[in-house]
Amino acid sequence: MAMLEVRNLRKCYGDLEVISDISFDVNEGEVLSVIGPSGSGKSTMLRCINQLERITSGTVCVCGENMITGEKNGEAVYASADVLKKIRRNVGLVFQNFNLFPHFSVLRNITEAPVSVLKIPREKAEEKAMELLGKMGLADKAKSYPCELSGGQQQRVSIARALALSPQMLFFDEPTSALDPELTGEILAVIKELAAEKMTMVIVTHEMAFARDVSDRVIFMDGGVIVEEGAPSELFGNTKNERTKQFLKRYSENTFKEDK
Amino acid sequence: MYLKGAINLDLTKLLPILAEGFLVSIKIFGLTLLFSIPLGFVVSALKMCKIPPIRWIINAYILIMRGTPLILQIMFIYFAPTMLFKADAPPDRFWAVIVAFSINYAAYFAEIFRGGIQAVPKGQFEAAQILGFSKMQTFFKITLPQVIKTVLPSIGNEVITLVKDTSLAQVIAVSELFALAKKQASTQFSVMPLFVAGVFYFVFNWLVTVLFDLGEKKLSYYK
Repeated sequence: MAMLEVRNLRKCYGDLEVISDISFDVNEGEVLSVIGPSGSGKSTMLRCINQLERITSGTVCVCGENMITGEKNGEAVYASADVLKKIRRNVGLVFQNFNLFPHFSVLRNITEAPVSVLKIPREKAEEKAMELLGKMGLADKAKSYPCELSGGQQQRVSIARALALSPQMLFFDEPTSALDPELTGEILAVIKELAAEKMTMVIVTHEMAFARDVSDRVIFMDGGVIVEEGAPSELFGNTKNERTKQFLKRYSENTFKEDK
Repeated sequence: MYLKGAINLDLTKLLPILAEGFLVSIKIFGLTLLFSIPLGFVVSALKMCKIPPIRWIINAYILIMRGTPLILQIMFIYFAPTMLFKADAPPDRFWAVIVAFSINYAAYFAEIFRGGIQAVPKGQFEAAQILGFSKMQTFFKITLPQVIKTVLPSIGNEVITLVKDTSLAQVIAVSELFALAKKQASTQFSVMPLFVAGVFYFVFNWLVTVLFDLGEKKLSYYK
């Protein structure tokens, strides 16, 4: 069953078209990675699906709920506020810059939304938060404040924060781009664990090796379109597409240079 | 003669008079804060509103409030009703002062709040949105606490200025601390009452400073 159906998604800023006609599905339990050069529209696409940006045209269907009901004067018409709320509750998003609430403790960062949005009793929310923190290896940091944590720890808290709302699917917007290589590993380990638990995930990433290892399917985007879509072995192993080849080649060259 | 006056200064007589004036000054101070801070929040919200005519009106209001002397604004509020609008009687002196101070300080507070709100990273609002917080929840749980931390030093500045600005109320003959001190100075042929009044302002502002320092310390648990 498709958890996410994106059809003919287009996003323009004025006359500038940053995403042109993108369509793809994500099935239940599937891990989809989105790779591509900076400015290719990957993050914008994720932000459109998560209602942080308005879609210009096209449709998005999350867990059977249509976010867009039609089109009027060349602009997408959004579903009612209730439907949009329902969609929001089904998805979680992990940001590149964590965006933890600095004035809340780690525990409160995780429990605040379940308590005040889902109206779960505080004790119950805290119980679940502690369980999630344990899973993230941060049980001892519950009382700390975000500024006292490393970047990797902060990102793990923000993953726990997203999971606390029990989303049907989870989106990651370059979750390791703000971290140094050593801290990157701890985040990737957490995502791998979630993948093993069959969490449906869409991951925008620059970590090619990780995308290859963890995903069921990979999308390569460039210039606001999907250039290629396929199994990681296909896309990374023997792509026929010239543009993909060029991107991956430059990528491995740069990585190699950095290693030296 | 002047010297004699200074030496013979009777503090037991002077202090109760000045204390009475100080009470009026404190009232102006307290009521101004009570009205101008919420009003400042409303004005800052209107200034960030998406409807251009509202923004223009707010801009003009802030420009006038910050661009003309407070002393003139006090006189305007007091004299305009009778002189410009043909009212039968002038408004109550004390409340004319409160109105003038409140709308004047609201303009300054509004700009401070706007700076504070705009200093909250966009990601905070996005995270709140993604987690499903309503607009009200986002404002009170996420935005406001962070704004308070950012604006506290600037607000402290304004509050300290306000303590001293209360002396401007004398322009429409409100008997606040400085007006009474001046009166005493002229009847006693001595500048001492003015200096004693200065001590009142100084001690009170010392207290204000300590309170704001405490507040800042309390909010320093996070960065």
